[in-house]
Amino acid sequence: MIELWNSLPEVIRILLKIVVILAPLMGLVAYYTLAERKIIGYMQIRIGPNRVGPRGLLQPIADAVKLMFKEIILPTRADKTLFIIAPLLTLAPALAAWAVFPFDENLVLADINAGLLYILALTSLGVYGVIIAGWASNSKYALLGALRSGAQIVAYEIAMGFALVGVLVAAGSLNLGDIVRAQSGNVFTWFWLPLLPLFLIYFISGLAETNRAPFDVAEGESEIVAGFHVEYSGMTFAVFFLGEYANMILISALSATLFLGGWLSPLPAAWVEGVFPLDSGFHWLLLKTFFFMFLFLWFRATFPRYRYDQIMRLGWKVFIPITIVWILVVGLAVVYKLPPWWSA
Amino acid sequence: MGFEKFLFYVLAATLIAAAGMVVTRRNPVHAVLFLVVAFFSSAMLWMLLEAEFLAISLVLVYVGAVLVLFLFVIMMLDVDIATLKAQFIRHLPLALVVGVIMLVEIFLVVGPGNFGGESFPNPAPQGPDYNNTRELGLLLYSSYLYPFEIAAVILLVAIVAAIRLTLRHRPDTKYLDPSKQVYVRKGPDRVQLIRVPPEPRRVPPTATPTSGVEDEA
Repeated sequence: MIELWNSLPEVIRILLKIVVILAPLMGLVAYYTLAERKIIGYMQIRIGPNRVGPRGLLQPIADAVKLMFKEIILPTRADKTLFIIAPLLTLAPALAAWAVFPFDENLVLADINAGLLYILALTSLGVYGVIIAGWASNSKYALLGALRSGAQIVAYEIAMGFALVGVLVAAGSLNLGDIVRAQSGNVFTWFWLPLLPLFLIYFISGLAETNRAPFDVAEGESEIVAGFHVEYSGMTFAVFFLGEYANMILISALSATLFLGGWLSPLPAAWVEGVFPLDSGFHWLLLKTFFFMFLFLWFRATFPRYRYDQIMRLGWKVFIPITIVWILVVGLAVVYKLPPWWSA
Repeated sequence: MGFEKFLFYVLAATLIAAAGMVVTRRNPVHAVLFLVVAFFSSAMLWMLLEAEFLAISLVLVYVGAVLVLFLFVIMMLDVDIATLKAQFIRHLPLALVVGVIMLVEIFLVVGPGNFGGESFPNPAPQGPDYNNTRELGLLLYSSYLYPFEIAAVILLVAIVAAIRLTLRHRPDTKYLDPSKQVYVRKGPDRVQLIRVPPEPRRVPPTATPTSGVEDEA
């Protein structure tokens, strides 16, 4: 097998690695939608989808088939090229960001120095899909919705970027693998504790970036009926939601990596060396990511929607000042080698 | 070297084509989107030069932030394309003169003598341990600390000025102050219970028989 692998041209090998990352990711996206409907269903004391397949397990496939065969309606005088490109522009950055993501020690597609910066740059491109979709639809409701979501995404991106600056200061590296290694030890040496405000702000900003409840004014089905994607139907609409769910998984995995020690085991390495389920490994990353993914759904079932001016106030006047202050605190802690995180 | 050269020519061709589209497209939104492509291609060219920090920063700052604001502004303006077209031809002579002067100036400063691999040899490729970001940071915060700080202060002044220019209080808008809202107490601040005396029962006027017929119809 290894000889066969080595005999392949490098381009093919990289493509195969990309498939190995993206195929499970798309499967996860599909079943995340089912998990959302089931979990929110149970939280609201109802069953959720249970008709397609055993216990509703084939529901995502039925949804995908339905959306694929629906007609894609192009509005009159819409900018046709941009109208089709826009959903792809939201999906592509969410997938491309996985290139630098470390799944385990030495298990990463591209181990580059500026990994964190790369992710920040790619996630900042997601806003183009939203704005272009709103503009290309040639509809005033879509345009206003695009401005609303665009302003929200740009605002929370700043708080998110500052939270990442804190991580960068704490780890002293932009490489995601090095950031995880800098947290090695036990559950208390992970960055969630010294960077607690940044951790919370990062995740809450992630909720706002992905247009999820309680910041889902992009959709707001009970009040305003969708925003930038109001003219979309069929598969183009589905691609927007593929992008949204892929982004949610990305934010969850990044929160797990940057603040909860990625693939590291919560117990000290000396205790659990070689004991499979307790030892550090990919399964810990998966567990932590699923925890954050569950939080996304839990928040949606729990919190009422923010009013738009409250969203803007929270982003600009609360989160950004807190992150700036905490970067200063982290900087001082690193300079004065505060134990146990920076004593070495 | 072969593949790198191929990449360079592809990226350079994309960059020039996109830059050409920026100035020739009539639709301003399309022009901004081609500007996005142009910035992205130049970022990739920087990446070929092993300047990954600068390349990613270019994408992050210009593509991710500045051009989004461009799009915001342009989308709000309803640009009349027909009048733009008419003025385009009218200003052609002036534009030609300006263009030729700029071309001559560029030619004098960076003429053919300044191009080519002889005058700018490839920088020596660095090992995998070389950290571009760290080197840049060390240089920026030691040798170039004062210029860096001055640039930061200028940006700060710009931010303050921009906020001051747009900050205006209109007395007719009902502004909510969340820091006051959270101090609202449960009792008299929020709900005021008023005892309204019951209104005396009014005797309804006797209905005329014609109106009753109309109601049934």
